[in-house]
Amino acid sequence: MNNFKVLMNGIIKENPTFVLLLGMCPTLGTTSSAINGMGMGLATMAVLVCSNIVISCIKNIVPDMVRIPSFIVVIASLVTILQMVMQAFIPGLYATLGLFIPLIVVNCLILGRAEAFAAKNGPIASMFDGIGMGLGFTIALTILGGVREFLGTGKLFDIAILPEEYGMLLFVLAPGAFIALGYLIAIVNKLRNA
Amino acid sequence: MKKLESSLKNMAIVLTGIAVVAGALLGYVNELTKGPIAEANAKALSDAIQLVVPGFDNNPAEAPESIELNGATYKIYKATKGGEFIGAAVESSANGFGGALNVLVGFDKEGNIIDYSLLSHAETPGLGSKAADWFKKGQKGDITGKNPGQAPLTVKNDGGEVDAITASTITSRAFLSAVNAAYAAYSGQNVDTTSGATQQATATETEVKMCENDSTKVCTGQCGHHHE
Repeated sequence: MNNFKVLMNGIIKENPTFVLLLGMCPTLGTTSSAINGMGMGLATMAVLVCSNIVISCIKNIVPDMVRIPSFIVVIASLVTILQMVMQAFIPGLYATLGLFIPLIVVNCLILGRAEAFAAKNGPIASMFDGIGMGLGFTIALTILGGVREFLGTGKLFDIAILPEEYGMLLFVLAPGAFIALGYLIAIVNKLRNA
Repeated sequence: MKKLESSLKNMAIVLTGIAVVAGALLGYVNELTKGPIAEANAKALSDAIQLVVPGFDNNPAEAPESIELNGATYKIYKATKGGEFIGAAVESSANGFGGALNVLVGFDKEGNIIDYSLLSHAETPGLGSKAADWFKKGQKGDITGKNPGQAPLTVKNDGGEVDAITASTITSRAFLSAVNAAYAAYSGQNVDTTSGATQQATATETEVKMCENDSTKVCTGQCGHHHE
């Protein structure tokens, strides 16, 4: 598989959110607006790319029986670094996403890709897998956040499109996240099979 | 390179090695970002103080005064202009719908609310999170210019005169109780912070005196406030 295919694979064919259904907790939790979804997606992508590269590099020196704890230490360290860097240099975004950043550690998307891809492929291919999967995740979260924000408050990326009175509050709340995600998955399935 | 075999020795060495490298890296990054993080936090605080008590020429964030009241600690940032006391920003908190709600309230020297800033909260986006603007000047639940010393702020549902955030009465109550508590800490008087609604404070005098020298001194008598 060439690197371009690896990249596109994550965005469409094996989109982590709509097809693989990985990392549902941050997906549902952070997508109350398009901008939050995008921020979470980009933060996850940063960690995913780094963790895929590092894990692909150390895959031969890590004995099989301790690979999961080793991978988790690598991922947790990267997330903590990201958290400190965000807090120091982009405090605005950190204030919005702060609560969810530590959750990236337990995002099964990251460990899932480490196991399924990085532990079996070289660093370059793993990097492209990380970018592809990360973009797929970011796009999915932005769409979901956008749909919820629009239906819930009548805004999109904080720009008012409809008066706020038309907003259906349900979509900003947790149940709306499930409903919107369900419909989006159905639409993506339909498009994939068409 | 062949994959390392899963012997006890290999596993111990690899895990220790990874942990040591990760620890060293984290320590290094922490050292690197410690300064900027402290700066960012200090800037956020001083921006908030600037917003809620404008017009000072000292540095209120420098020496906050801590006051303990009903088991909670309040930080008071005093603002002065030309050496004269013009008001203070009080950091206060209450339990909102989703967790702690931290708010910085600015009072002028008569105890009127100048402005406030929501420092941190975990309220529902689109509902309780509206508290960030709802109670500002010109908004529906405007509390600026009000003096909690005359009557504690309560929402209309509880017989007060503040419009609660639509569908977020719990957040509104929590917010107002934080404001009332901030005022209580500011004036040094004791107010029931758990339920602003049942509070029957009668203020006979609007002037509030800060206990400038001794923060722990209860100045109920001097302030001329008493409540049942």
